[in-house]
Amino acid sequence: MNNGNTTREITLTVNGRKRTVTIEVRRTLADFLREDLGLTATHLGCEHGVCGACTVIVDGATERSCTQLAVQADGREVTTVEGLNGPNGELHPVQEALRDHHSFQCGFCTPGFVMAIHGMVEEKKAGRPSPCSRAEIREELSGNICRCTGYQSIIDGAEAALAAGAGKES
Amino acid sequence: MKPAAFEYLSPTSIEEAVQALTDPDDGDTKVLAGGQSLVPLLSLRLAQPARIVDINRIPGLGEITESGGVLTIGTLVRQRSAEHSDVVRRACPLMAEALPHIGHTAIRNRGTVGGSIAHADPAAELPTVAACLDAELVARGPRGERVIPAAEFFTGFFTTALAEDEILTAVRIRSAAPGTGAAYEEVSRRHGDFAMAGVAAVVRLDGDVVAEARIAISGVDLVPVRAGKAEAALVGRVVDEPTLVAAAEAGVADLHPSADLHGSAPYRKHLAGVLIRKAVRTAAQRARESR
Ligand SMILES: Cc1cc2nc3c(=O)[nH]c(=O)nc-3n(C[C@H](O)[C@H](O)[C@H](O)COP(=O)(O)OP(=O)(O)OC[C@H]3O[C@@H](n4cnc5c(N)ncnc54)[C@H](O)[C@@H]3O)c2cc1C
Ligand code: FES
Ligand code: FES
Repeated sequence: MNNGNTTREITLTVNGRKRTVTIEVRRTLADFLREDLGLTATHLGCEHGVCGACTVIVDGATERSCTQLAVQADGREVTTVEGLNGPNGELHPVQEALRDHHSFQCGFCTPGFVMAIHGMVEEKKAGRPSPCSRAEIREELSGNICRCTGYQSIIDGAEAALAAGAGKES
Repeated sequence: MKPAAFEYLSPTSIEEAVQALTDPDDGDTKVLAGGQSLVPLLSLRLAQPARIVDINRIPGLGEITESGGVLTIGTLVRQRSAEHSDVVRRACPLMAEALPHIGHTAIRNRGTVGGSIAHADPAAELPTVAACLDAELVARGPRGERVIPAAEFFTGFFTTALAEDEILTAVRIRSAAPGTGAAYEEVSRRHGDFAMAGVAAVVRLDGDVVAEARIAISGVDLVPVRAGKAEAALVGRVVDEPTLVAAAEAGVADLHPSADLHGSAPYRKHLAGVLIRKAVRTAAQRARESR
């Protein structure tokens, strides 16, 4: 349609809401979410795929929002941390588990961990192979970097979230 | 804006995509697959192509099939889907074992099998698997389709035999034969980091004796290297410790890895030897168990 242009109109669903927007094709999904939609819970640390702070869920699977272009999300469904809360701002069970286990200090890495753990819980619910042991959780979360906690409390929170197994649909 | 400006095309057929790459153009064109290597390069402005051809909307490039003893993996198959595929696990256990070493789940959910091979990082797992198994790389360009053997595909550091206007469409691998065992071993500083060195090994046993051995090493040269001398040192022998030591010595004799932040050249060479022993030992064990 707009082939060849440097801007393009796309339609995507973000946190349940369908939006049609015209964007520059060189905008990353992360920058689109933060700067165009004001969804600043998705954090940007390294901006090249390493730290995991920008992890979101796209069509049901965890993906980095810094290593894809927003234009590639045309027709897809994106969930950010903002999309996990209940109608009155209630915390999602994964967030509750992390809170209960003191899984964060400064909180910069937290949105990425919440989405990564949410992705694990969803995989488990869908019956796909998912981590169970602490060692497996540790390995699964190795794609998310935290400079504060030393990780133990995050693993505790993830373990609790996975044991609760569930959380609401999102 | 992080990436420099480019023109973005998202063709819905392979013909259209090849056309988009062939069209005369002032600057570079780049194929965009999973983007897990290319988008960071764009954001860092290490790559500044004039045109990006996103192949993700082309149907038919994301299938895994097996027929006539050949496993075909479409270039767009996500690394995570290949990892969870029963067909891949059975027909190419080597790849199934190598895949989880790539980055992290969120990276593999998006990164593609073909993208990793086309990117040709010498430390990457899938190019090493392709070299080990003599995979065939199927490419489409303005002159039609051609099939490139892995031995001719990796031509240099992050460089392949693909022409600028060619698209890798599939990877073909002979299905694992009965009596074969495979193993992938690597050492990296942290899980998910690129390996300092890795070894892919496949062993086929005839009785207790090695009938065929295939060994490829990552991270020690500009391209994944086949350890022909180590393979030769195994064939016709029983896999015992002295044979493993001899094979490892033969396998690293001609290596001249370069040093970097993570390891000196002698350390990498040592590592390659240790990993050859480990991978061949495990592959032989699995070959025995498969009977
Ligand atoms: C944090 C992090 C850790 C990683 N760790 C590892 C690791 O441990 N091991 C590893 O192997 N990889 C690792 N990767 C890289 C990842 O596996 C990439 O998915 C892979 O290197 C490229 O695949 P892609 O589909 O993302 O390709 P893209 O990034 O889209 O493309 C990569 C290159 O290949 C070209 N290309 C892609 N597809 C085709 C095609 N069909 N035809 C012609 N050219 C094509 C592109 O033009 C580009 O030059 C990591 C990435 C990140 C961000
Ligand atoms: S900001 Fe995306 S992974 Fe670090
Ligand atoms: S809590 Fe500060 S980076 Fe994780």
